[in-house]
Amino acid sequence: MKYKKEGHYIKFESIEDMPPMAVSFASTLYNKTGSWRSELPIIDYDKCILCMLCWKFCPDAAIDIIDDKPVINYDYCKGCGICAEECPKEGALYMVEEKK
Amino acid sequence: MIKPMMGNHALSYGALLSRAQVISAYPITPQTQVVELLSEMVADGSLNAKFIKVESEHSAMAACIGAAATGARTFTATSAQGLALMHEMLHWAVGARLPIVLGNINRAMGPPWTVWTEQTDSLSQRDTGWMQIYAADNQEVLDSVILAYKVSEKVLLPSMIVLDAFFLSHTSEPVDVPDQEKVDEFLPPYNPELKLDVNDPHAFGGLTGPGGYMELRYLIQKAHEDALIEIEKAGDEFHKIFGREYKLVETYRTEDAEIIFVALSTVAQTARIAVDSLRKKGIKAGILRIRVFRPFPSETIRNILKNVEKIIVYDRNLSPGRGGIVYHELSAALHHGRLDTPVWGIIGGLGGRDVTPKDIEEMFLMVLKEEKPEREIIWKGLKK
Amino acid sequence: MERTKKVKRLTIPEEELMNPGHLACQGCGATLAMRYALKALGKNTIVTIPACCWSVIDGPFPYSSLKVPVFHTAFATAAITAAGIKAGLSIQGKDDVTVMAWAGDGGTFDIGIQALSSAAEKNEDIIYVCYDNEAYMNTGIQRSSATPYKAWTTTTPTDFPNETFKKDIIEILAAHKIPYIATASVGYPEDLIKKFEKAKRIKGFRFIHIFAPCPVGWKMPPNLTVKVAKLAVQTNIFPLFEVENGIYYRITRKFSKKVPVQEYLKLQGRFKHLTDNDIATIQKSVDLRWEILLEKERQSERYREIVRKYQEEKELATVEK
Repeated sequence: MKYKKEGHYIKFESIEDMPPMAVSFASTLYNKTGSWRSELPIIDYDKCILCMLCWKFCPDAAIDIIDDKPVINYDYCKGCGICAEECPKEGALYMVEEKK
Repeated sequence: MIKPMMGNHALSYGALLSRAQVISAYPITPQTQVVELLSEMVADGSLNAKFIKVESEHSAMAACIGAAATGARTFTATSAQGLALMHEMLHWAVGARLPIVLGNINRAMGPPWTVWTEQTDSLSQRDTGWMQIYAADNQEVLDSVILAYKVSEKVLLPSMIVLDAFFLSHTSEPVDVPDQEKVDEFLPPYNPELKLDVNDPHAFGGLTGPGGYMELRYLIQKAHEDALIEIEKAGDEFHKIFGREYKLVETYRTEDAEIIFVALSTVAQTARIAVDSLRKKGIKAGILRIRVFRPFPSETIRNILKNVEKIIVYDRNLSPGRGGIVYHELSAALHHGRLDTPVWGIIGGLGGRDVTPKDIEEMFLMVLKEEKPEREIIWKGLKK
Repeated sequence: MERTKKVKRLTIPEEELMNPGHLACQGCGATLAMRYALKALGKNTIVTIPACCWSVIDGPFPYSSLKVPVFHTAFATAAITAAGIKAGLSIQGKDDVTVMAWAGDGGTFDIGIQALSSAAEKNEDIIYVCYDNEAYMNTGIQRSSATPYKAWTTTTPTDFPNETFKKDIIEILAAHKIPYIATASVGYPEDLIKKFEKAKRIKGFRFIHIFAPCPVGWKMPPNLTVKVAKLAVQTNIFPLFEVENGIYYRITRKFSKKVPVQEYLKLQGRFKHLTDNDIATIQKSVDLRWEILLEKERQSERYREIVRKYQEEKELATVEK
């Protein structure tokens, strides 16, 4: 079967492009769940001790390790706040309200 | 090589020759011999398969589904209560488009407890999307398993081979067991494009909203329509290699028939004696045996019935509140073709009650006397 | 990529086998569980998921969050579908693939328990994981037999409370004498991953019970998932232990100081209505179970001696391949 890939999206132009059963052809990266949140985490890199606990405890794998630092991927961060809660260093990771 | 064997063993040999790779079944009378022989075949090495013993038929079908999803050829067998218990998973196999082959021994549904033949169990699963082939003798049972894999794996729909309890399942008939090499020539290994494979990961069966589900259902219907063609194609190829012919239906003396008797499975064979007797009396009787019930061969049936004066449909089943299932499916097909031939829908043989050639002759004689049926349901053989 | 001296070494594998963009609620414990499990098991894994939150979390057709093959299956069938997948792979010579059944507490304790028992009894070569959020969460927070004493759910509201204690699924599986059982918590990922890595090396039926808090169903803010998952262990409500061959118990995490259950209960709205009496009952039952577990651990050495009398030394040596 054929299907078109537009960025992270899968498009079936017609029924002939569809697979016989429901089957995945791409990841969920098309779904920018960052739009869900009402607050977002901010990392203060001056205070961050690079323990990576935030990365470890993110249920959305929305924190990447880039250049040995934790970097929040705001496209997907749902703002659950676990990272801020688990961060052991005062002021290094805190939640602020999402501005619309 | 010709061997005498019971219908149940014909199923086992069909699975053996088709090189089934994973078998999972739960015992139920009158199916037990199918899996017993398959266990022996696995134990003595003649069948290289994994045998998953399970605790219920629902699990048996789930195990087959799991195995089929990895690209393995799977087989199971059951009857009545077991088939009913599997119902949810029958739907699952179709939606997942897995070419599982199942042997169902037609047995009446309880309560009360019964082990005798009736076709309601398989016919009431007709809406799940499984292909259904009703065999009339043990040779056909064996051959149909092999044919089923061929077609199922092409159109990606599961098939059930259906046979009457005791009349076929436990009755020995001479069966010509095909050569393994010839079967291998006819039926190559199963190799699906999409399967569970760590080198090509996909998720199967993910949540689908109103925006996508209908198309998937359309594709299942389309697969059934393709199957009508594939079944005939496979039948032709089988005929060339093995010399035996199997089509969507089987006819007997229908070319100039004025009254045709329509039935599934062994009743249609019993009817031959009645038809021969009637013919001697000058009555132009004929038989249409519907072999493939799903996909329903409407066009084929219309072509055979279009010139007759009267049609008898014998239903060895009951859909309570509506009547005989084959009668209703057939009537709808005739109506679509604008054929207003009168159809007598006769119900009998339930719970294994015997249907004799004399009974069938009586049906023809009754129909001869009437212009059209008085009722939509006519009971034959009911004790008053 | 060189690491600077400042970065502490990661305590769990770095590679992600789960993509973001999945459909889990904020702070979902079940997602953490899967993320860790797959880090331990790696790419050579096939997962089958019955009806549960993860049926939705993985994403709609034609998308999937996970980087391993997934087979969605009917509610009651996780264990047996996994056994079927394993058999299908095995007959095709692909014996090295890990097959994991990933079910919620509903699909394990209740509707799926028949197939679970069947697969366990036959020692099917699969890893069965129950991620336990203590209710039927996917259908909107209804009570399951994993729902703890007096927890609120939609079918055990405060005036019709849950009077029974959580079904002891570990004991049920232990009775099947399977090679390996473990409990784990998303609050202790290193312990969880170690157990999965150990399970991966064992042949036969392995059962891992993961404590996976659900902020929505437990009526707590989403940022407390990990904290609550830790407290459950620290209060001995959900001890972390292993059971081998159904009789050898080993507790994998002990604390010098016991935390009172109140510290765990007070964070969750589903326990808001508990009276002091209820809390005392819970404390007592937790303490009792913990003491018995300690005793089982002590007895395990004695059991090994007994079993040794009836078996060759080498048979007992290890369950590992």
